[in-house]
Amino acid sequence: MSQSSAAPLVPAVELPAVPLLQLGTWVVFYGLLAMLAIFFVSADQGAISLPAGNAVHEWVHDARHLLGYPCH
Amino acid sequence: MDSQVPGRKPALTPAAFLVRGLLAGLLAGLIAFAVAFAFGEPHVDDAIALEEAAAAHLTHEEVAAEEAAAAEPGMVEISRERQKSWGLLTGTAAVGTALGGLVALASAAVVGRLGRLSARGATLLVAGAGFVAVALVPFLKYPATPPAVGDPDTINGRTVEYFALLLVSVLAAIAAVVIGRRLLTRFDGVTATLVAAAGYVAVVSVAGLLLPGPESLGSFPADTLWSFRRASVLTLASLWATIAVVLTILVGRLHDAATADAERRALAASL
Repeated sequence: MSQSSAAPLVPAVELPAVPLLQLGTWVVFYGLLAMLAIFFVSADQGAISLPAGNAVHEWVHDARHLLGYPCH
Repeated sequence: MDSQVPGRKPALTPAAFLVRGLLAGLLAGLIAFAVAFAFGEPHVDDAIALEEAAAAHLTHEEVAAEEAAAAEPGMVEISRERQKSWGLLTGTAAVGTALGGLVALASAAVVGRLGRLSARGATLLVAGAGFVAVALVPFLKYPATPPAVGDPDTINGRTVEYFALLLVSVLAAIAAVVIGRRLLTRFDGVTATLVAAAGYVAVVSVAGLLLPGPESLGSFPADTLWSFRRASVLTLASLWATIAVVLTILVGRLHDAATADAERRALAASL
């Protein structure tokens, strides 16, 4: 946005956008966090178990079925 | 870049998008919970009743094996009342919030970069594409199954197949947006969108043909299955629709503020 203020003749309708390089860091870190959250609801203690047992699976059981993930 | 004017309007930053996405996602999770509880749970209960009726016919060996498995460390039993209330809410809220944030960051990548499409239009497009790619396409190949359907021995294979299709679908959708944007230099917006969408459909169709089919349902009653699946689609649709509507409003306002700010600065610089 500072570029447009440096060139006053640039049309004011130029759409502001988020710099992609800055966004990349957020995508990587938040992406990992989001996938971890989705993993616990969608797949934990099915094909892979972290931790062992069935407590997580049993607790989110109904959400796993109704959100369409493979359950048991 | 935006740090030149500290403490003023909410700037167009990844954090500003993410916070709005998490908020929209949490709200979507709550609404999806209400829909799933009202329309889905009666059919989950029906399916569990069928499962328990079938368990009455197990042999002594099978009953003994199940009891031994349940006695292993880490195995718990959670009541149905808790599963269908707090358990369901935990699941929909967690998935809703996670997806809301992802949709927001994807919107942040495309806002201002898709031809003359507005920030609201771009956000709505990302949320719509997200519903198709993340929810609808995997559902068409591997539809949701109620309890009592599904052999525990095949869960590994089914999990891999489901997430493989999900991965292909998401990557194809991202590629479609990138390619569609490049096509804008040669075609108008509608043509570019249709060509990109056709490419996406072609890729996921091939993936769907190559992947193994869903597991046999056995003798599960068709009417309960249909009601359950309809409720499942309704739950997913309500989740994504809430993300789409709430995030479009929030990103639209954020973008309006950022545009007004940029115009003011451009005017000030021209004086």
